[in-house]
Amino acid sequence: MASATATKRSGTGKAKGKRKIRVMVGKPGLDGHDRGAKIIARALRDAGVEVIYTGLHQTPEMIVNAAAQEDVDAIGLSILSGAHNYLFPKVVELLKKKKMGRIVVFGGGIIPDDDIPGLRKKGVDRVFTPGTPLAEIVEYVHRRVRPRA
Amino acid sequence: MNGKKGTKAKPKERRKRFSTVSDEEVAALYTPADLEGSDFRKEIGFPGVYPFTRGIHSSMYRSRLWTMRQFSGFGTAENTNARYHYLLSQGQTGLSVAFHFPTLMGYDSDNPRARGEVGMCGVAVDSLRDMEILFQGIPLDSITTSMTINAPSAILLAMYIAVAEQQGVSLRKIGGTIQNDILKEYIAQHSWIFPPDPSMRIITDILAYCSEQVPKWNTISISGYHIREAGSTAVQELAFTIADGIAYVQAGIEAGIPVDKFAPRLSFFFNAHMDFFEEIAKYRAARRMWANIMRERFRAKDENSWKLRFHTQTAGVTLTAQQPFNNVVRVALQGLMAVLGGTQSLHTNSMDESLALPTEQAVTVALRTQQILAEESGVGNSVDPLGGSFLLEKMTNELETKAMRYVRKIDEMGGMVEAIKRGYPQREIIDASYHYQRLLEKGEKKIVGVSCYTSEEEIPIPLLKIDKEVERKQILRTQEVRRKRNARRVASRVDALKDASLSRVNLMPVILEAVKEYVTLGEICDAFRETMGTYIDPAMY
Repeated sequence: MASATATKRSGTGKAKGKRKIRVMVGKPGLDGHDRGAKIIARALRDAGVEVIYTGLHQTPEMIVNAAAQEDVDAIGLSILSGAHNYLFPKVVELLKKKKMGRIVVFGGGIIPDDDIPGLRKKGVDRVFTPGTPLAEIVEYVHRRVRPRA
Repeated sequence: MNGKKGTKAKPKERRKRFSTVSDEEVAALYTPADLEGSDFRKEIGFPGVYPFTRGIHSSMYRSRLWTMRQFSGFGTAENTNARYHYLLSQGQTGLSVAFHFPTLMGYDSDNPRARGEVGMCGVAVDSLRDMEILFQGIPLDSITTSMTINAPSAILLAMYIAVAEQQGVSLRKIGGTIQNDILKEYIAQHSWIFPPDPSMRIITDILAYCSEQVPKWNTISISGYHIREAGSTAVQELAFTIADGIAYVQAGIEAGIPVDKFAPRLSFFFNAHMDFFEEIAKYRAARRMWANIMRERFRAKDENSWKLRFHTQTAGVTLTAQQPFNNVVRVALQGLMAVLGGTQSLHTNSMDESLALPTEQAVTVALRTQQILAEESGVGNSVDPLGGSFLLEKMTNELETKAMRYVRKIDEMGGMVEAIKRGYPQREIIDASYHYQRLLEKGEKKIVGVSCYTSEEEIPIPLLKIDKEVERKQILRTQEVRRKRNARRVASRVDALKDASLSRVNLMPVILEAVKEYVTLGEICDAFRETMGTYIDPAMY
């Protein structure tokens, strides 16, 4: 069993000089719906991204600390409980506080369209809603996220 | 599945291979040859007769319709109580409580971990005070209540008992269900608190307590629903659910309770997914498997121990956010599967649930769907109307065979608790879920309105919004409860909880005494976290 902040990682890290994109897939909050998060973690891994999955029931603080430790380039958050309006911006806010604002934050889950503009205004780069093809998310990550040299 | 191969030149077919949503191959035609070697009386037989393949009652819906039980909860106890009164006024026949995530995870609403979650995904219940409000004006001797609660199930059951006592209703008269199925939490739904071993002890304490004190209470609702929602196949849903059931019966026996004292009060909960015949076959196979396991493996003598009673919920995961009106049709089909499969109770999802919790209007359509099935369609006029269909009986046999293979494998690992510790069912489900997603992306499986027949224009539907005031109001109430109670008695109850959890006494009476003193759910769980430890996600993917 992993400790509360331990994470599961995929990929081999450095591929000949060029560092891979490193994405943390995070599950903030208390909801246990992780089917989508796990599928996206696998799809990104299969597309050559180095993936770190936080596991369930993380606080925003736990996610940001793990992101610092793992030196990730982006964080993908998944919430299906309706708590996104509090938890997504909280992660962005903590990243800024820790001077980690360069990390791209995107998210997905059961998120009503009406909530998306507010989330974007608070620094969530992109919100994916149910039914999004995996290819679209993979393409977004490759286009939007640059590995740090 | 082997159908009879035709002898003439085969007409060209639309696809190379036809398969169920679980990707099990389906033949073009089924004939008596598919059932060769089957013994009709032993394997199919008659409803109300062992092995109950065709149903647990001889007259089924001709005597009594299934219970229409819509899973419901949001905001504060007042909000949800109003919804219950509305649903009962519209002809609903049972209650089903959805708790918000902090309650499911054993935190009070004022815990920092509950921020943003209060009342969002269910109703907030922190103390007995909330439970009193939740059931205001609802006489507990004339309704049955199902509560979807697992890790803290003993606490919510104790609160329900306390409300019944306040209403002057005898414990022998109250009826209902707690989900109380912690094994599927580790496998699929993930609302856990304690590690597997102490969790199993809480469950056997509940089995022992209820078999003496609350005889009409269904103590565990052994659930395949969430396993399926997490992405399993139909076979896996069936197999892991039955294997969980085996683990509970084994634990009850090992705790010294005679099997026929608690087994008749175990019930089941299955998913109604999208593949019509596979689902109906699944319910029939489940009944036959359970009857056989209870009679032959556990030597139960009471017929009621053999009968698999089950609740069905239509598959939330099949609902689409795109073109939400289409969901009404999906739910109607799924509800029909459950009824043709002989369910004892049914929840039909609302069309807006891939977007938010349902509005009153949406939940009314969902309830009316059941009422149309019951009152207009005629499907309940005859018992197990599809029994004897070559296709259905063949599918039932195959699901049973494949599920029993899993059950044996889990037995070999030392049972479900051990299998979970190794991550076995978890891994199987992730693989199946990813396999389906790949089929979907390749276009081999389709979702109308999402992967085909999409439309640019979306017709917006009204959504339920949880009032931003809910969190503040709920926190104020819980803090008021803490101020008004007797601090000295509360402290002694908390000590009693810790002592009991470290000894072998039954926890139920101790928890009941605590909730009556308004010790909160979070405080009780904290006491147990201290003595029992916590479970942490192994974070596999």
